[in-house]
Amino acid sequence: MKRVGIEVSIAIAEAAALAEVEVVSAYPITPQTHIVEHLAELVANGELNAEFITVESEHTAMSAALGASLAGARAFTSTSSQGLALMNEIVYITSSMRAPVVMALANRSLSAPISIWNDHSDVMNERDTGWISIFANNGQEAYDLTFMAFKIGEHPNVLLPVMINFDGFILTHVIEPVWMFDKEEVKDFLPPYEHPYKLDVDRPTSHGPVGLPDIYTEAKKQQEEAIRNSRKIIDAVWDEFAERFGRRYRAVEEYYADDAEIVLLTQGSVTEAAQVVVDEMRKRGKKWGVVELRLWRPFPFEDLKKVLCNNNIKCVVVLDRAISFGGQLGIVMSEVRSALYHEKNKPMVVGVTAGLGGRDIRFDEYVKMYEIGEKCLKEEKEPDKVIIVGLRE
Amino acid sequence: MIEVKRPKEAFLSVFAYRMAPKEELFTRGHRACQGCGAALGLRHVMKAAGRNTIVVNATGCMEIVSSPYPYTSWAVPWIHVAFENAAAVASGIDAAIKVLKRKGKLDPNKKINIVVFAGDGGTADIGLQALSGMMARGHNVLYVCYDNEAYMNTGVQGSSATPYGAHTTTTPAGKVKFGQGYWKKNLPEIAVAHGIPYVATVCPSFPLDLIRKVKRALELPGAAYIHLFAVCPTGWGIPPAYAVKAGRLAVETGIFPLYEVEYGRYRLTFDKKLKPVEEYLKFQRRFRHLTPDLIKTIQERVDAEFARLRVMEEATNRPDYRSVSGI
Repeated sequence: MKRVGIEVSIAIAEAAALAEVEVVSAYPITPQTHIVEHLAELVANGELNAEFITVESEHTAMSAALGASLAGARAFTSTSSQGLALMNEIVYITSSMRAPVVMALANRSLSAPISIWNDHSDVMNERDTGWISIFANNGQEAYDLTFMAFKIGEHPNVLLPVMINFDGFILTHVIEPVWMFDKEEVKDFLPPYEHPYKLDVDRPTSHGPVGLPDIYTEAKKQQEEAIRNSRKIIDAVWDEFAERFGRRYRAVEEYYADDAEIVLLTQGSVTEAAQVVVDEMRKRGKKWGVVELRLWRPFPFEDLKKVLCNNNIKCVVVLDRAISFGGQLGIVMSEVRSALYHEKNKPMVVGVTAGLGGRDIRFDEYVKMYEIGEKCLKEEKEPDKVIIVGLRE
Repeated sequence: MIEVKRPKEAFLSVFAYRMAPKEELFTRGHRACQGCGAALGLRHVMKAAGRNTIVVNATGCMEIVSSPYPYTSWAVPWIHVAFENAAAVASGIDAAIKVLKRKGKLDPNKKINIVVFAGDGGTADIGLQALSGMMARGHNVLYVCYDNEAYMNTGVQGSSATPYGAHTTTTPAGKVKFGQGYWKKNLPEIAVAHGIPYVATVCPSFPLDLIRKVKRALELPGAAYIHLFAVCPTGWGIPPAYAVKAGRLAVETGIFPLYEVEYGRYRLTFDKKLKPVEEYLKFQRRFRHLTPDLIKTIQERVDAEFARLRVMEEATNRPDYRSVSGI
């Protein structure tokens, strides 16, 4: 392992190259572009023995990745925002056809108005597509998680696609110190990709048949079980990684949650910013903490209950980076609230939204989020509408 | 006048059917309608392609009739993903085969064909972009468009491959409209414009011609496009027993000219004195409202297209003709 200063996009591309991806099919979109540019360069220089398909759309990017994956090649793609929205149809089919494609998703807001900057509206739009979905909050995590995604998705008991989320620009375009592996170090960590039912002329199989009403429900149930059961493999892979390389990843990460009264629940790069706020405010006597929902799908119900229903935490302020228009306030907030519904000692769940379309969240705005929690606790009332922090009125 | 050598099969094909390979890879038991020209066409494409073939099927009639789980009519690896992306999926499979051969994970000497089957809607309309990308990148894929001239699977809606004047459920003939109001999109020419090595038109009523062209398409490196005329008795309103005859008449009247374009060189594989288009139009329900004026317009267009193809054939076979395709 060597520690190098590297642009996070390049590190993610290096993680895919470390996994010796065999087919890369990708289409340019900001802020994802540097990732695939770097992979194209590695292929052009003969450093990566792969086929790079310069597709004519993201829809084709995902279609080609799916085809390559089921033909027996390790497939990788990367996109953002509108690109993900365009490929949506095939994103859903890729998980349904059990093709373990890995996608690096540089999170960016959705049009309109068009915005190339960061929030989570793209990934939330794909919430129910059946992919394993994981958030990274810094460059090191993006690198590690991308590499491990192949091992998780390709496991014969999983065979599901995996998307790694990392914030556009905030992470993709920033140079960070990252511990990078040598090939030798990880050689036996990631086994070669072998799909048990690949497109093989010596062993013909039919993929993607018609599911009449007598079979569709059962097919969907199988898919649901598959992603639920993938949790065991996710934990096993992360544990093995921790044992071998010393960096541990958990479905739900905590920061001072054990003795905090109020925690902010985050996803992605805001996590570390919130941790800085907590460090500072703890000096001023505030018993605040941070809980990061790293694993988005499959949703870590038990882990979340264990962390949040610990008798200390009185209020969880959930920071959503996307809006469900006309729906249940925040998307993550409503999931967290319903996950805790049956718990006796559940904390109050409050939803805030901030950082849409690349707007920075300032120190005092994080403080404001905790203060909203304090106010709700004092009034003993969960607010019934979304509170947008940093909104100009 | 330049003498163009034409293969004899084109003329023999109607009579020498026993020469076709016996192996069935698109097997019986599928749910296609009686007299389905597309099913007949696929069966013969598969005879020509052989066992070492991966089939990519776009959503459409042929996908639906051949794969109601747990049944399958395919004796070769087969994949269906969505409507508009068959060429894209095939591109990914081609890339996978290339890299796996390079890495020794697949036998580098084993030729594996990739054949796409997509309907005219999945090709001329919603799948055109993916097809164009696949051809431009030059993937080793044979794309077969089975053209039954409308969205038959959803109940006969007009596509941009629906012929001028045809009645469909979205281009109905009424008191002020006469059916499809614009000319059929010329997909083979779009394929030719991509400079790919091989483009051909085939009709299952000429099975040996079809088999020869498919074999040729698979022999040549890079992308190939075959436009397969698929008579649809259900959608066109003809008796199933007339399906093969309708295909033959489409060719004999020039409505559907049989030709191939190899490295830019055109060759008409059926070039005889054409019968009047009326013979083809008159027994189909979808054309029964056509007035003599409209039939005359169609005749003019057919004559012009056939004449254009003859000119192309002559021009591209001159000794000084240089094709961009193959460089």
